[in-house]
Amino acid sequence: MANKALKTLTNGLLKENPTLVLVLGMCPTLATTSSALNGMSMGLATTFVLLCSNVVISLLKNLIPDKVRIPAFIVVIATFVTIVQLCMQAYLPALYDSLGLFIPLIVVNCIVLGRAEAFAAKNNAGLSALDGLGMGLGFTCSLTVLGAIRELLGTGKIFDFSIFPDSYGMLIFVLAPGAFIALAYVMAIVNKLKSK
Amino acid sequence: MKLIVAPAPHAHSGDSVRKNMLNVIIALMPAFIVAMIAFGWGAVITTAVSVCSCVLFEWLICKFLMKERSHVGDLSAVLTGLLLAFNLPCNLPLWIVVLGALVAIGVGKMSFGGLGQNPFNPALVGRVFLLISFPVQMTTWPRPLGFSGSYLDAETAATPLYTLKNAIKAGDSSILDELPTLWDSFSGMIGGSLGEVSAIALLIGFVYLLCTKTITWHIPVSIILTVSLFAVVFAAIAGLPVCTFLGTTLCAGGLMLGAIYMATDYVTSPMTHCGQIVYGIGIGLIVMIIRCWGAYPEGMSFAILIMNAVTPLLNMYIHPKRFGEKKK
Amino acid sequence: MAKMKSTLSNMLLSLTLIALVAAGLLAGVYTMTKATIDATNAAKQQAAIIAVLPQQEGLEIAEPIMHEGMEIYCATLDGQTAGAAVKVAENGFGGTFNLMVGFDAEGAITGFQVLDHQETPGLGSKMQEWFANPQVIGQKVGETNFTVSKDGGDVDAITAATISSRAFLLAVTKAYNAFMSAPAADAASGATVMAEENETENETVEE
Repeated sequence: MANKALKTLTNGLLKENPTLVLVLGMCPTLATTSSALNGMSMGLATTFVLLCSNVVISLLKNLIPDKVRIPAFIVVIATFVTIVQLCMQAYLPALYDSLGLFIPLIVVNCIVLGRAEAFAAKNNAGLSALDGLGMGLGFTCSLTVLGAIRELLGTGKIFDFSIFPDSYGMLIFVLAPGAFIALAYVMAIVNKLKSK
Repeated sequence: MKLIVAPAPHAHSGDSVRKNMLNVIIALMPAFIVAMIAFGWGAVITTAVSVCSCVLFEWLICKFLMKERSHVGDLSAVLTGLLLAFNLPCNLPLWIVVLGALVAIGVGKMSFGGLGQNPFNPALVGRVFLLISFPVQMTTWPRPLGFSGSYLDAETAATPLYTLKNAIKAGDSSILDELPTLWDSFSGMIGGSLGEVSAIALLIGFVYLLCTKTITWHIPVSIILTVSLFAVVFAAIAGLPVCTFLGTTLCAGGLMLGAIYMATDYVTSPMTHCGQIVYGIGIGLIVMIIRCWGAYPEGMSFAILIMNAVTPLLNMYIHPKRFGEKKK
Repeated sequence: MAKMKSTLSNMLLSLTLIALVAAGLLAGVYTMTKATIDATNAAKQQAAIIAVLPQQEGLEIAEPIMHEGMEIYCATLDGQTAGAAVKVAENGFGGTFNLMVGFDAEGAITGFQVLDHQETPGLGSKMQEWFANPQVIGQKVGETNFTVSKDGGDVDAITAATISSRAFLLAVTKAYNAFMSAPAADAASGATVMAEENETENETVEE
């Protein structure tokens, strides 16, 4: 039992990493990773939503008839997303300014609905919580790594800590094309490491 | 059409990657000489650094990442380096040139598996990467001063295309008086990237390429005709002097360099003549749309990259006739 | 507990329940955070106004007046007009940006603050730092030619971001014109009336 719990938790970190292996949730991945901090915050916000929605959905799974499960799931997910949005706007206004546009989009993030459908609707609340946490942390890790790479190459900083002068930074990495390039190389490296 | 396939042995025409690459390099020499005359040592240093770093990166990636025999001998990396340098302002800091070479070879070419596998022209991938990454340095054009000009502190000048864009935006044809004379544009005494300034030198190289059958006329001619037609119509509607507008559009910026040497890259252009003409018209249209209405004054590299992406589609719909295939 | 069957009544019941609980929860969170969110936004706006106005003790800032589509915040010092902050929107290179421009009583620019923008990072995004120099600060729009030097003006454009620079200068000019032609710029009583009208307008919009 403990073994299974551990497996569920670590599943999302590398073996089924939502970004780099399942390639789900590409919109926030590409759009919000312009800096390490933004990437990490987006990851943590998504983790919170994943964790809560997984638990609630696995508790409610017997109350939700099959034919209306998708709208039911979306309502649950949207509720938590809105809570995150309102709280962020109230207590972390600076972060809300840079991420605001993308927070509501967590609702349609494939990972959240995907885990609700594939895992939470079939397992008990405890395992679902672990799954949500694992997947969320995997997502957070990949977004933070991507954000750090883009921030370093684009502006010469990591978490706003200056490594080299930003006149040497390659602007393309702060912009959209750099997101695709960085994601492609990180994926290639992860695939290389996994194939060994 | 009667096709006869004789049994072996076959005579080899002597065509090889190396020979074709060498021909293109020879064809680029007149433009290089003009660049030397116009920009002095800056042109020589930038070109040398770009070529050397392209070759070095190709060799390193082949040897240590792909673990295969290197193809440096086929001169394609030399050509990429040369074309990349021709697309850069000659007073660009050298570390940026080296970075451009790394992106051109590493990202543009070797990531996809090396020569023949790359969907985009590597030199242009390098250039566009630099243009987006370092917009200030990449759009600070040195004024052609003659060979005496020193390397980094060259005076800067607006390019003719920038003047053109201003005239279009303002709808004021008097701005066009600031343009260099058409002869200056044609011979290369204007601001711009290292190798793109001299239309006449690039045309001499074009003739050489046609004579040695290195490329066919389809892509360059269809691009230039499309652009000319577009320019005449646009100038007439916008009320700008047609002759000046057309001349500057054709001679300034990367149009000639792109149309003759970069759009014709074997790997990234369509296979059939019909496909090549569609491809050329596409490039001509996109470059004029960017020049007339876009944010950038010049759009040749974007136009070629976009049509590079369309090439596989063109190859699928306009494919060469298969051996033995009957007309329906 | 057995899984609910997909009958019409079950589906209706389950969805209604879930939606009701969700709505209740959200209403709670909304009420809880509303005060903080409003306070944060107001503080941000206030900080921007203070930052662009002349640095003086005892400055009083009036309610905003709407004029030519811009919000004008008049500042008074001991009953005398000391200047105003004008919030102006303009189309830049990447989209609309909002700018708060401060003027003193004579109409010279005392400061500005880019409130939000979508300009290219590293180019147009440098507006705030680039234009904070004597070519802009302390100048009067009527006396200085507020166009970029490439167009024959007196202000140097951001390197490689002429479009953003033009938009910035246009925004400043617009703000200046609004400030100079605003009816309440010298009539304190007028300001109150205008402000009240403005509030009514806002209420209509919200409904």
